[in-house]
Amino acid sequence: MIVADKKPIEEIIDYVKDHQSILVLGCNECVTVCEAGGKKEVGLLASALRMHYLQQGRDVNIGERTLERQCDHEYLEEIRTSVDNYEAVVSLACGVGVQFTAEKYQNLPVYPGVNTLFMGANEMRGVWSERCQGCGQCLLAHSGGICPVSRCAKRILNGPCGGSTGGKCEISKELPCGWQLIIDRLKALGRMEDYEKISPIKNWSTERSGGPRKVVREDLKL
Amino acid sequence: MKVKTPSKLEKILASGQMAVTSECGPPRGSDPHVVTHKAEKIKNHVDAINITDNQTSMTRMCSLAACIRLKLMGLEPVLQMVTRDRNRIAIQSDILGAASFDINNILCLSGDHQSFGDCAQGQNVYDLDSMQLIQTVRHMRDEGKFLGGDPISRPPQMFVGAAENPFADPYEIRVPRLAKKIAAGVEFIQTQCIYNLDKFEDWMSKARDRGLTDQAYILAGVTPMKSAGMAKYMKNRVPGMDVPDEVVKRLAGTPKEKQAEEGIKMCIESIQRLKEVKGISGFHIMAIEWEEMVPEIVERAGLYPRPVVD
Repeated sequence: MIVADKKPIEEIIDYVKDHQSILVLGCNECVTVCEAGGKKEVGLLASALRMHYLQQGRDVNIGERTLERQCDHEYLEEIRTSVDNYEAVVSLACGVGVQFTAEKYQNLPVYPGVNTLFMGANEMRGVWSERCQGCGQCLLAHSGGICPVSRCAKRILNGPCGGSTGGKCEISKELPCGWQLIIDRLKALGRMEDYEKISPIKNWSTERSGGPRKVVREDLKL
Repeated sequence: MKVKTPSKLEKILASGQMAVTSECGPPRGSDPHVVTHKAEKIKNHVDAINITDNQTSMTRMCSLAACIRLKLMGLEPVLQMVTRDRNRIAIQSDILGAASFDINNILCLSGDHQSFGDCAQGQNVYDLDSMQLIQTVRHMRDEGKFLGGDPISRPPQMFVGAAENPFADPYEIRVPRLAKKIAAGVEFIQTQCIYNLDKFEDWMSKARDRGLTDQAYILAGVTPMKSAGMAKYMKNRVPGMDVPDEVVKRLAGTPKEKQAEEGIKMCIESIQRLKEVKGISGFHIMAIEWEEMVPEIVERAGLYPRPVVD
């Protein structure tokens, strides 16, 4: 899933300080699962904003709504009529949802309520960690199912570097060395001979470097 | 091994004589005399001088410019190049720039993560890793071509080196990793500072068993300790460094004013022992901000005078 984290309330208040009516818009997908921007967090942020304006003696209308997805036209259409009642939207969706909402409602300011972080997994209650950087050319078949691009701080394709110590990365004793994980896994699979195969220079044009990416599936177009 | 480049370092190694290299860190400023002054102190006692490339990710004068300073002094530089800060365009371009000054040695490194230095908020590049940088230099030199396939007019003539750290984890891949670098085309290796000699000898013996020491020259890395404090710091704070307790204890048990002298003595003892290790082709003496001690270490270790080659 896409993992996000809540922005500090002070930052959000600063964005919306000049508005008289604000819609807090949640998303029922990834940000709900990582508890940063679902219905529960919409309620919490709306209450915090109401309390802030109450203390200031200002009468600001705070609306709450959580859509099934903000990255889909169909669901964003659901607010077409009601959105006119607001001067601004604080979207608690990931950066995709914030932008898609902004694209759809051209005249409405849309502010982000979360910081979008990475594609990751829920390791345990309250802990999420990165697993994929969307490089566009998956290498997992060659690295024992552990990704050197997202799990190594240097994205080294022929690791580990000389900084790997006791299974940890040189940048933090809390961070597992991605290449240690790859080696452990190759060993478990009985495929250590794969370690000595040199990973060739990667074509990075399928990742961010190649410019904004797009998938077009003619077979699915209407 | 056959000589393939005009590198003086390569010629000395190919002649079967022990090579001695050392290194100079460029300044955090633009004063060229810092580099030339350090080089003056060691130039008669070493065969080649590495210039570090923004080591520990602290921004410094670039390695290439400092190498050119050495070249202008008639010395033999080893251009250290990390893949942290450059994409493949900049890497190939800098290699050609170095080649235009007939810099004939390169050391291919990945580099410390930027979070250690003064630009922790910056991006890293890692378009290539150190293994792929080795392949790139060999491709440019041997095929005379850019990575993109076009021919290079006057290809670089570089003797290609890399670092290897026998003390990093996991230990079991440290010899396979050397094999991988050799398969990528590396011709000489400068190792991480050796304090745990037993472990190093074990690594060397496994490398010999695979015939690796016949395929690349191994220069053993040594760094004299200035004090017990430095030994403790290296032991506890520097990633991938293996400093046994005995080393710390021996220095800590020496009066403070004699610790530096003891550190030099320990360094010389290490060289003496390592000289006997089969497969060692020379030494890389990294006297960090202590270059003035290099001549004494070289002389007392019996590595002086340095050989003369054509």
